[in-house]
Amino acid sequence: MGKVKTIARRSFLIGSAAIVGGVAFGTYLAKRAIPNPLLQGLAEGEAAITPYVKIDATGITLITPRADKGQGAYSIQASLIAEELDIDPATATITPGLPDPAYFNGTVLAESVPFPAYDQGKIAETMRDFMSVPAKLLEVQITGGSSTVPDGYVTLRMAGAVARETLKEAAARQMGVSRDQLSTKDGHVILPDGRKIPYSDLAPAASKLDPITDIDLRDPKEWRILGKADTKRLDMVAKCTGTETYGLDLQVEGMVHATVRSNPSVGGEMVGFDATEAQSMRGVSKIVPVSGGVGVIADNTWRAIQAVNAIEFEWGPAPFPESSEQMFDILEAAVGEDDKYDHRQRDEGNVDDAVTRGEIIEASYRIPYLAHAPLEPMNAIVRVTDDACEIWTGTQIPLFVRNKAAALTGLKPEQVFVYGHPMGGSFGHRLEMTHVEQTFELAMAVKGTPVKMTWSREEDMAHEYPRPAAVAKARGKVLDGKVDTFDMSVAQSAIVSGWFDRLMGRPVPGPDATITTGSWDQPFDIPNYRVTGYRAPDMVPVTSWRSVGASGNGFFHDCFLDELIHAAGADPLAERIRLCLHDTSRKVLEAVGEMSDWNGPSLGPNRGRGVSFCMSFGVPVAQVIEVTNTEDGIKVDKLYCAVDSGPVLDPTNFEAQVSGGALFGLGHAMSSELTYADHATEQTNFDGYEALRLYQTPSVEVKALSNAQKIRGIGEPAVPPAAPALANAIFAATGQRIRELPLSKHIDFV
Amino acid sequence: MKLVVNGTSHDIDVEPEMPLLWVLRDELGITGPKYGCGIAQCGACTVHIDGEAVKSCQVEIGDLEGEVTTIEGLGTPDALHVVQEAWIAHQVAQCGYCQSGQIMAAASFLATNSTPSDAEIDEAMSSNLCRCATYPRIRAAVQSAATKLSEG
Repeated sequence: MGKVKTIARRSFLIGSAAIVGGVAFGTYLAKRAIPNPLLQGLAEGEAAITPYVKIDATGITLITPRADKGQGAYSIQASLIAEELDIDPATATITPGLPDPAYFNGTVLAESVPFPAYDQGKIAETMRDFMSVPAKLLEVQITGGSSTVPDGYVTLRMAGAVARETLKEAAARQMGVSRDQLSTKDGHVILPDGRKIPYSDLAPAASKLDPITDIDLRDPKEWRILGKADTKRLDMVAKCTGTETYGLDLQVEGMVHATVRSNPSVGGEMVGFDATEAQSMRGVSKIVPVSGGVGVIADNTWRAIQAVNAIEFEWGPAPFPESSEQMFDILEAAVGEDDKYDHRQRDEGNVDDAVTRGEIIEASYRIPYLAHAPLEPMNAIVRVTDDACEIWTGTQIPLFVRNKAAALTGLKPEQVFVYGHPMGGSFGHRLEMTHVEQTFELAMAVKGTPVKMTWSREEDMAHEYPRPAAVAKARGKVLDGKVDTFDMSVAQSAIVSGWFDRLMGRPVPGPDATITTGSWDQPFDIPNYRVTGYRAPDMVPVTSWRSVGASGNGFFHDCFLDELIHAAGADPLAERIRLCLHDTSRKVLEAVGEMSDWNGPSLGPNRGRGVSFCMSFGVPVAQVIEVTNTEDGIKVDKLYCAVDSGPVLDPTNFEAQVSGGALFGLGHAMSSELTYADHATEQTNFDGYEALRLYQTPSVEVKALSNAQKIRGIGEPAVPPAAPALANAIFAATGQRIRELPLSKHIDFV
Repeated sequence: MKLVVNGTSHDIDVEPEMPLLWVLRDELGITGPKYGCGIAQCGACTVHIDGEAVKSCQVEIGDLEGEVTTIEGLGTPDALHVVQEAWIAHQVAQCGYCQSGQIMAAASFLATNSTPSDAEIDEAMSSNLCRCATYPRIRAAVQSAATKLSEG
């Protein structure tokens, strides 16, 4: 069997061995325990039994180090700890804590191994486990890749269990009984005679014990919080009463307000500026040149924005082409070119031979740059003094922010304090930190004073590191009513290398898996099946956008598969099910068929539906979208979505994430694009950058299956299938096959 | 200049062209209304002026006539408005940044029409953006609140 040989020939892609290769590590380093950061500066009477649980006389604090950008991360992390700790999480203080290597994300790199997620053989699983080593050594404290739940599923419950058993041990010693005679409930240890001791009373004694770690986690059947149907998010009341404190709402005593304008060609320099008028405007206290632009410090955000608008700038040249047209020309020139070859992780059968005979079907696809455009614009508060740097901001990369602040201010990392805040969305935008770096520069200019820097919406949109544009060229063949050959080439600029360069000051060598993520790794068995990635030159600097590579590849792969199935004369759902080689995925396809009463793509005159499938982040997702072709354009009527991410811990928020993800994918597929002219984005605000609104929102039905063995995250996997389901539905209703996003370039929506 | 917000009178000294949003946020420290776009495209800054929903980024403070109510004045965690109750019951918010504006828009709309059709809800609520796309739950929460209001 050539399996191992095949794997040996494959190169590890970016995000995996390329990173590992850059790090010299030994067994000692990999196995070394990271000290519990909460033990530093612990006051008398306080206990920090694990890095996630702190108890003192005033109560219990749960540390939830993964950032909450709206996906409910704080709630689910707190619930995982609370389930074993036996407390009501609503009674605890919940904080992301300070960034620390102890909070590295051991799961986020797991799916960057060169195996599709449905391959759970021994070699693949061993290598996935191994990926926690570079994550640990590189101190990757990061929120992303739909990894919060899989990473915390055991770790956080164990943190709760260790704290619980250690508190019980403290009570046992105090009362002269054995630990197994004790139980716990609602933040108390229960004695054999029914008396209760609050955890907070036991903290001083527990803090002197070695944590009890020889514990089995509870059987899920015993859960009281997780998996219950009526779960409620802990932040819901605050968010519905205007009392949640986002970074933009935070007020630090003595702070000043600021904004920045930098070269609208992202990465370009500022040659010169004239701030004569701005300097004299009301409330303006200081004009500060920063990297690539100028900041204005004032006593009010609006005054700062007015003043920055009054500055005349001379900008340096852009580091990328002038227009979207030129960028697409470069992408088109890259796809299929030998010297742009990046990787080929799927090559089955013999495509080259298969395409020498029979009728060959060919198609070209395109996706645009996309803005993240979370509704809360980027912002940060920074105060720099001679011996400390304090940062208040919502960020997915707090440890990178800390290290960058240390480098820029000359302080030691332990003198930098990053206080994370809930975010008004991100979608990947807060995997970047340009805005925080600019705020350091402003804060250095007024040392001792906290500076709150807010990007205007226009600055935010101009300074997107967008989802990259990409093109795909596909060819295929059908035989005897079946899909026989599928050959797809995708060209895109690399995402990961430039991102690592911005975060860590070193680009990563080697291929970029994101170019084909979502197309090479699909659980289908096609006789001749090949997917190749081509790396276009760097153009506009790009970054991850909700669902990353799968956001575009899901569209490319599934739509072309739909074309081939149509050419074969087969049923779109039945043929996908026939081709599927992964039981869990096949059941997801069958489920969406049942949900939608599927009996073919036609729904009568002027109506049609499309089915789609994409597995991303290890989660198979199938969708069916129904549309009506009205006189004024396409109306999207209904979206069905079936998902299998293993056990569902919070059904209420799960439905929200799946529905929201699918609609996020749908809205962008309908009408969103970021285009460039004169080396800058043409869209500057939500008047130009269109986003889904209520009147265009279909009703949504979600079904969770739980056949998968592994638990997975659900923030992203529902995004990729929406675009192809909609394009396939439009084809069913109109006969028009649209191969470019947004679809509104070719058809109207009502 | 004087203005009344959530029943409290404030004296402020700002330029008359400063938008109400920034008076509320940066002068008075009332941060329930959010800055999202500054051009009336997102609705995150929605407040009531004499009960009517307006985008506070578009109201120059010098032109303000009437009393301002923000999300903080609509209801509090201990004394929720019926729309906020519906929002919590339906667990609408994800990032939540737009929800102050969504709730203010819905409360004003339902005050004038407590038996809205689906089409009327879609029309009334479509000038408020939600990037997390919580729209199906917004729709359901508006319907629930309407039912409760029409039952009196």
